[in-house]
Amino acid sequence: MFKEYTKITNIIGDIIELSAEGVTYRELAAITNHNGDTSLAQVIRIDGSKVSLQVFAGAKGMSNRAAVRFLGHPMRVPYSEDLLGRIFSGSGKPIDGKPEIANAAETDIGGPSVNPVKRVVPRNFIETRIPMIDIFNPLVESQKLPIFSTPGEPFNELLARIALQAKADIVILGGIGLKFDEYIGFRRKFEEGGIMDRTVMFVHTAADPVVERLLVPDMALAVAEQFGIAGKRVLVLLTDMTAFADALKEISVAMEQVPSNLGYPGSLYSDLASRYEKAVDFEGAGSITVLAVTTMPGGDVTHPVPDNTGYITEGQYYLVNGVINPFGSLSRLKQLVIGKVTRDDHGAVMNAMIRLYAKALESKKKISMGFEKTETDEKYLRYAELFEERFMSLRVDIPLNDALDLGWKTMAECFDRSEIGVKKEVVDARWPKGA
Amino acid sequence: MIDSSLTTGHVVGINGNMMAVEVDTGSVVQNEVAFVKLPDAKLKAEVIKVIGKKCFLQVFEDTTGISVGMPVEFTGNMLAVELGPGLLGQIYDGLQNPLLLLENKQDFFLQRGQYKDPIDRAKKWDWKPLAAVGDRVRAGQWLGEVPEKFITHRVLAPLGMHGSAVVKKILPEGQYPITEKVAELEVNGKTVVVSMSQEWPVKKAIKAYKERIYPEELLITRQRIIDTMFPISRGGTSCIPGPFGAGKTVLQHLISKFSSVDMVIVVACGERAGEVVELIHEFPEMKDPKTGGSLMDRTIIICNTSSMPVAAREASVYTGITLGEYYRQMGLDVLVLADSTSRWAQAMREMSGRLEEIPGEEAFPAYLESRIAGLYERAGLVQLHNDKHGAVTLIGTVSPAGGNFEEPVTQATLKVVGAFLGLSRKRSDERKFPAIDPLDSYSLYIDQMGESLNKNLDREWTKMVHEAEDLLRRGAEIGKMMTVVGEEGISIDDLVAYLKSEMLDFTYLQQNAFDDIDCAATIERQVADFKLLYKALKTPFSFETKPEARKFFIELQDNFYQKNYAAESSPEYAKFVSKIEEIIVSGGGRLV
Ligand SMILES: Nc1ncnc2c1ncn2[C@@H]1O[C@H](COP(=O)(O)OP(=O)(O)OP(=O)(O)O)[C@@H](O)[C@H]1O
Ligand SMILES: [Mg+2]
Repeated sequence: MFKEYTKITNIIGDIIELSAEGVTYRELAAITNHNGDTSLAQVIRIDGSKVSLQVFAGAKGMSNRAAVRFLGHPMRVPYSEDLLGRIFSGSGKPIDGKPEIANAAETDIGGPSVNPVKRVVPRNFIETRIPMIDIFNPLVESQKLPIFSTPGEPFNELLARIALQAKADIVILGGIGLKFDEYIGFRRKFEEGGIMDRTVMFVHTAADPVVERLLVPDMALAVAEQFGIAGKRVLVLLTDMTAFADALKEISVAMEQVPSNLGYPGSLYSDLASRYEKAVDFEGAGSITVLAVTTMPGGDVTHPVPDNTGYITEGQYYLVNGVINPFGSLSRLKQLVIGKVTRDDHGAVMNAMIRLYAKALESKKKISMGFEKTETDEKYLRYAELFEERFMSLRVDIPLNDALDLGWKTMAECFDRSEIGVKKEVVDARWPKGA
Repeated sequence: MIDSSLTTGHVVGINGNMMAVEVDTGSVVQNEVAFVKLPDAKLKAEVIKVIGKKCFLQVFEDTTGISVGMPVEFTGNMLAVELGPGLLGQIYDGLQNPLLLLENKQDFFLQRGQYKDPIDRAKKWDWKPLAAVGDRVRAGQWLGEVPEKFITHRVLAPLGMHGSAVVKKILPEGQYPITEKVAELEVNGKTVVVSMSQEWPVKKAIKAYKERIYPEELLITRQRIIDTMFPISRGGTSCIPGPFGAGKTVLQHLISKFSSVDMVIVVACGERAGEVVELIHEFPEMKDPKTGGSLMDRTIIICNTSSMPVAAREASVYTGITLGEYYRQMGLDVLVLADSTSRWAQAMREMSGRLEEIPGEEAFPAYLESRIAGLYERAGLVQLHNDKHGAVTLIGTVSPAGGNFEEPVTQATLKVVGAFLGLSRKRSDERKFPAIDPLDSYSLYIDQMGESLNKNLDREWTKMVHEAEDLLRRGAEIGKMMTVVGEEGISIDDLVAYLKSEMLDFTYLQQNAFDDIDCAATIERQVADFKLLYKALKTPFSFETKPEARKFFIELQDNFYQKNYAAESSPEYAKFVSKIEEIIVSGGGRLV
């Protein structure tokens, strides 16, 4: 039924060009190379009869006589309950040794946005038992939030820990350029934690073709969307979105687009936003929460990938030197839950403790420069030490309310009540007795 | 206007949202609207470049499925919005599609190719004629009025009319829908029928007024740092640049809620959908400080969030400002907020790239600066033909790449706005909100409005404000010095100046957006609070030792701070005031 073309005119990077007719924008094509290898490809530009396609498996070894067959529809992904517990590659093929998903409905990837009036204001607190998150930057259902980090930091461990703790109905992992060991790490943790049977994994490893990276977030999110509409509370984990952005860059360079910043395309913001904005709380149905990892090249947060990400997401967790840094980390939805679904003193504790810690760091700096230690400095130094040990260490694993109590206790151990800058009524109600 | 000479064409290329079309018959107008016909939908597009028989269009929707040869119909009309009663309280996308009407039960998604009437055709309005048969009127003059929510909506003579016209017929008082022919005018011997609604091309400014006038009145936002330190005038312009998460959106939302204006247009341009959702849910529950009605009643939301089509994002800012200009023609005080103008600029950049135009700095097009200037110039205070005043105030956020203000969008914006409210990463990291950097920011309006501020707020107002600014500068210098020489290295006087500037910052410039009382301070309260604080700042306290000075200021500062949480003219408020005065005296100050 579909016409086959066997004359590729240009091969540039992972993009092939040929003359074809009746092709539609973003249509999918199946390519069979002369040696029998097959790959899918997608139309990314049409200029008269000249059609450009990006080849998911990459164009390495591609013959200009390869057979190209257009399929008449854009990229799709199967969706059914049978996906649960399964693992797929970046192009959607099972890699867990089990058969293909049969008789599943197919859904287009990269579909339209949710009508904003169909969203509801997020309101559910997700408790992680990590005080740096729960107290200072609580995670809220339907939030989109990346972990900003650098290679070598335990970001994937943190991601897995939150997934195990979050009590989501469904977890979907989108692995982008994952190391093989990291992939197995996730699988093990999910199996041991007993959540594998409500998990779907799309895994692109570092060894797989670059273009396939581009599909992973879209597939993961398209499946998440279907579960969300069906009423499930879905948690999507995407790691590492910097690898995704780098794939965008490769394609745009091959397409000779004018780069805007460090070679990334001018559309980087929109490209990332269309993925992250899939996070949603549907009116009358389920939700999608997106937790991602964005590694910062050279640890530089002003690099275009973390920078654009920060402008899109609803906050970020900075994971540096093995701890979640309270400065720079931010949950923008926190005000929706703090003091509303969490305890009424939550906001006051959060603000006061952070302010005191900032002052403590100033004291530290001053003293490290050889200045005299004042009485005030002593207090702050003691506070900093306690704060780091009781709250910042990732070993700490306590529920929010215990952490808040510990916060009051810590402040009372170091300061007088007039020094903490908290509204009087709140201090009156919560200041530890006998302090 | 549909006629037989309708231009048609067919698709010859597609790249992202840029579509190349070859014209079959007829003429093409730059910026006219066309539709491409797919088997399942008709998608709206705008002509942005014409080269011989080929033209390039930006498609306002997802272009998946478009193919070479598909038919294109040109409309001959530029991208326009519909203007008339019924706009208030609406939520539109960038092309003025009413999002609430696109909503259908089964579908959560914005399916492409759906276009609905922006204004309800059936609703009847209480019409009252203002003009009489035989009157001479010019474009934009008031022919009649209808009550719309809490404002009086004037029905304007066609905005595009040249010269003057004579009123030939006008309907008497009664209830009519917007489609009703309420008047007939004669212009140069031709009859023009007028209904309550009209169309206007968004990229053209509405200029149906007598003249622009110099803005000298304060726009009250109830944000202390803005109104007192960096005020914005009615009809002025301001920008809020800042790195991500520094508080641009929260600040704009506060301004949209608490500003004393007749109406607010919020343009959510390429930012998060969730932020708009908060407004949609909050506004109907909140009170308009001016009328007591709901906030939603005075608001129009234009919402083209980041995952919605990019070309419509570019249009959204123009849609917003055009609606603002329209209501200004009624003698109203309109505030337009755009968040973020950088996304608008990026939309231009994306399209410019696809058109293969020669890129400027950071690949932005060469015309970036003139487009930004053109937008801000559409704000302003005007005198209408009937001598009434109307204002459009425009406040745009800017999202500079890497948080660096040296980038093209921030720089181009700084050249044209009157108040620069720069947010700093350092202040937001320290949770000093609003994170407007008091040392970096400025407002040209403080001196421009000086006379009226000194007349209306306090005789010494601008002098006090400038002194407060000087104190902040001095405090910052001393702070810097302390990091080098330590507290022991500075004099007690310097320490006192430093503590005063810290107190000014902590208890006045900073304001808690999430506290029911502190989130908004009326101008009367600002005047009272600022004068009391000024007294404390001007008192030359003397202390024996530095710890004594610190201890004194901890108490004084805490009282100023706690006062912020006490309701205006409540007994607690009075208690804090007298306590503060007591402390000032105890520190050696004398009360005057
Ligand atoms: N006035 C304020 N009071 C208290 N917290 C604030 C205030 N302004 C901002 N914040 C905090 O900072 C967060 C980020 O603010 P906001 O969303 O306004 O940033 P933004 O500058 O618009 O960022 P982006 O450019 O990414 O959109 C808020 O979610 C809130 O937690
Ligand atoms: Mg914002």
